[in-house]
Amino acid sequence: MTIGQSPARVGGVERVTGRQQYVADIHLEDVLHVKLVALDVARATIGRIDASAASAVPGVRLVMTPADLPDPVPRFGPQLRDRPVLAVGETKYHGEPVAAVAAETLDAAEEAARLVHVEFEELPAVHTVAAARADGAPQVQDPALRPNDPLAGSNVLREHRYAWGDLDAAEREADLVVEGSYAFPMVTQFAIEPHTFMAAPSGDGITVWSAIQHPNWLQRVIADLVLLPLSKVRIVAPDPGGGFGGKQHAKYEPLVAFMALRLGRPVRLVLTLEETFQAVRRGAAEIRVRSGFRRDGTLVFRDIDADYLIGAYADIADRTVAKGSYTSTGPYNCPAVRIVARSVLSHTVPSTAFRGFGNPQQIWATESNMDEAARRLEIDPLELRLRNLARTGDAFIPGDTPADGEWPQALRRAAELIGWGNPPPAGRGRGIAVGLKEGPTTGLSYSTVRLLADGSVVVYAGTSDMGQGARTIFAQIAAGELGAPVEWVTVVMGDTAVVPYDQQTSASRSSVLMGNAVLNACRDVQRKLRSMAARLESVDEAGITVDAGVASLPDGRQLPVRDVLVRGLGRLGGEVIGVGEMRKEAQLDHPLGGTAAFYEFNATAVEVEVDRDTGDVTVVRHVTVSDVGKALHPGQVRGQDEGAAIMGLGHTLMEHYIYDDSGRLRNLGAIDYRIPTSMDLPLEMESDAIENGDGPGPYGAKGMSEGALLCVAPAVAAAVRDATGVAIRDLPLTPERVWRALQEEVSA
Amino acid sequence: MSQPSLPIRVEVNGRGRSVEIAPHHTLLDVLRADLGLTGTKECCLVGECGACTVLVDDRSVDACLVLAAEMDGARITTVEGLAAGGELSPLQRAFLDTSAAQCGFCIPGQLVSAQALLDRVPHPSRAEVEDGLAGNYCRCGGYEQIFEAVLAAAADGRPVPQAALPRADIGDRSSTPDADVAPQ
Repeated sequence: MTIGQSPARVGGVERVTGRQQYVADIHLEDVLHVKLVALDVARATIGRIDASAASAVPGVRLVMTPADLPDPVPRFGPQLRDRPVLAVGETKYHGEPVAAVAAETLDAAEEAARLVHVEFEELPAVHTVAAARADGAPQVQDPALRPNDPLAGSNVLREHRYAWGDLDAAEREADLVVEGSYAFPMVTQFAIEPHTFMAAPSGDGITVWSAIQHPNWLQRVIADLVLLPLSKVRIVAPDPGGGFGGKQHAKYEPLVAFMALRLGRPVRLVLTLEETFQAVRRGAAEIRVRSGFRRDGTLVFRDIDADYLIGAYADIADRTVAKGSYTSTGPYNCPAVRIVARSVLSHTVPSTAFRGFGNPQQIWATESNMDEAARRLEIDPLELRLRNLARTGDAFIPGDTPADGEWPQALRRAAELIGWGNPPPAGRGRGIAVGLKEGPTTGLSYSTVRLLADGSVVVYAGTSDMGQGARTIFAQIAAGELGAPVEWVTVVMGDTAVVPYDQQTSASRSSVLMGNAVLNACRDVQRKLRSMAARLESVDEAGITVDAGVASLPDGRQLPVRDVLVRGLGRLGGEVIGVGEMRKEAQLDHPLGGTAAFYEFNATAVEVEVDRDTGDVTVVRHVTVSDVGKALHPGQVRGQDEGAAIMGLGHTLMEHYIYDDSGRLRNLGAIDYRIPTSMDLPLEMESDAIENGDGPGPYGAKGMSEGALLCVAPAVAAAVRDATGVAIRDLPLTPERVWRALQEEVSA
Repeated sequence: MSQPSLPIRVEVNGRGRSVEIAPHHTLLDVLRADLGLTGTKECCLVGECGACTVLVDDRSVDACLVLAAEMDGARITTVEGLAAGGELSPLQRAFLDTSAAQCGFCIPGQLVSAQALLDRVPHPSRAEVEDGLAGNYCRCGGYEQIFEAVLAAAADGRPVPQAALPRADIGDRSSTPDADVAPQ
């Protein structure tokens, strides 16, 4: 059994030898190269597009404009079909493509793209919450796209309201009300693999290549747009070079599909990093929190009003708002709650899923608020949290899954590892925070497992392995259940022509939902082996067990399953095929359409040093403790946990989009937008996992790939405050912002 | 659409290659598009992310910043050249052992930078490793395990056969040729 061990990553040899093929590494014969044409403005009416000079560039085969698309121009989107394949009439954000060139070489495509002449008239744009919600603000979206929607005349796409308990009564009960407003910036996923899209006509259908996290979802989108049955749309989804949510939903796949069909040739579009910045980002947020406490620290109410600044098209952004804000009470018992969260459209890059899915924004606000409460109540921040944390089984969100972990255990462990209670060295400060995320609310995963004649195994799973290591986890499950070494298991993913349906790779679901589907498929194989053994040994099937590669007979004999297999298959050979399914059903009366399959819970504690002369924050020690249920592969669990923590340090300390007054994104690319490198890491980092085997996944596992990102920012900000006395409510905590706050403190 | 071309001769991973290149193409363009060596990755194209790191005459460079025209006569090592003779290098093995590769996209660059470091400093300190890899982004944030891999490789430098995997023992099937058991 390799569960709980850390075998070499399946696909690891390919990754260390350079043989792993990411989308852009795939060579298609006769391919045409595509370059997008965008305007250097946020918003403009699009006039005449003159492609004559571009078309004259040798090698150019097509300058695609909306006129070359079906009329009306097809639109798509996972929540609202609002995004056109190419901008129609108006470009709505800096970087939105208005045309695209296909040419024999990338050089020719790039040259021609520069020569496409677009007449346009710049229009006023909104790129802040205040501007987007102001009276008379320019409308981002055509109200006709939202029929029967009373909000259609405003830039509020949707308003989500959740409430329970009697807030007014709770307010009267509160000894202390702590209020604050907190801001979270726009940040980008910055997968090191820039987004790449290819498409080719194939027979009477089409093949699309994309490092997409949800291949089956993309298959539906393409099939709907190009009017083909699902069986004629093949999505090849090589392992993404990082996804982080940015590769969940269609972006330019529809465009390359239309281009390939029109040209009758394969086309290839590799975005630059700058174009990727203009394709995906996280929603910004401005969140007002009011929390009421009794003198003893008991939380009696929470009142939250949040504006999430989403982009020009909905993508999946509104769902991040709905789901992220829904858990704004955190992992605490709170008798009275009112949450209002708005998705505010703006003339900016459409925001989408990003690790944490709407939660890091509200956790920044609510956990910072908790820290302020601790100070005003003069209660230790750890004690205040422990006092209010939900205990296992508590219905802390009415109508949803009760608390499913020993959360105080994780928090105490983080406190212990940072040395909470012992004063930090002079000049340093400590902070501690907790983060909670609702896991998947619905799910459907199928898996097929083939036990081949020599005892080796092929697993088919529609999950995308984008670095979380799903391939390895599934191989471990199959190896353990069927008695093969991990090295004998091949995991096939990423091809809708071959692999059965999976709903999506998101919400840290795959070890749990697809993991259970793989487990169920292995058990189906075991059932078939059991009847084989019963036939071979002339015994009653009910008395036989098959597990971990051994068939145990009623008389006590134990047969290796491979012997059963070889004898049972007989002279013709063949294989045993098992199918497995895992469903997490929807619940239509639930505000999110379903309850949490599990919760991700993390406690983070940090110690920082602040340079008062420069405002520079050094994280001296960073402790992250996640409740993972069971670490199926401790090496990968650690990698995901530390990686999420470091990504969290990015939006905490350095990352943010900068828009100019006209709505153009000014810090595109790696020079002006910094992410953590080896020079920006905590001086010490420790990741620990709580394993109580209490998750719904195989062997008690829970999803865990996002937890350690959730509460980094409030923990670091609390530590900065502990070190300096200065509270900062806007991210990121850049040296300039910290320095300014320190100067204001001095002058006050 | 003929473009001016320039012949260059380079040694890539121990093999002499003659290629006609476009004068404005970078070493990265030529490695990936003209020589089919796609292990070297393209990301930022401004020399910040390190995904395209290769060795040129034993010095690590960002292939996106170097014109291929300057490479005439150069000796280049890419990630594909690290596993010599079918054996993973100690660094590659260590990356596997420490679960250092997550999505893997940055790993070729990390490996080449780490190789350049170990060639220069066979037994680096942790600070020297951090410094040596400062030009290589890992958005998965797998830095700690990458550093551990480099330190482990430095401590134990033997190559491991790439094909050293357990083989299936499925008994003797030679007596039943396929054509006998599955006649047409």
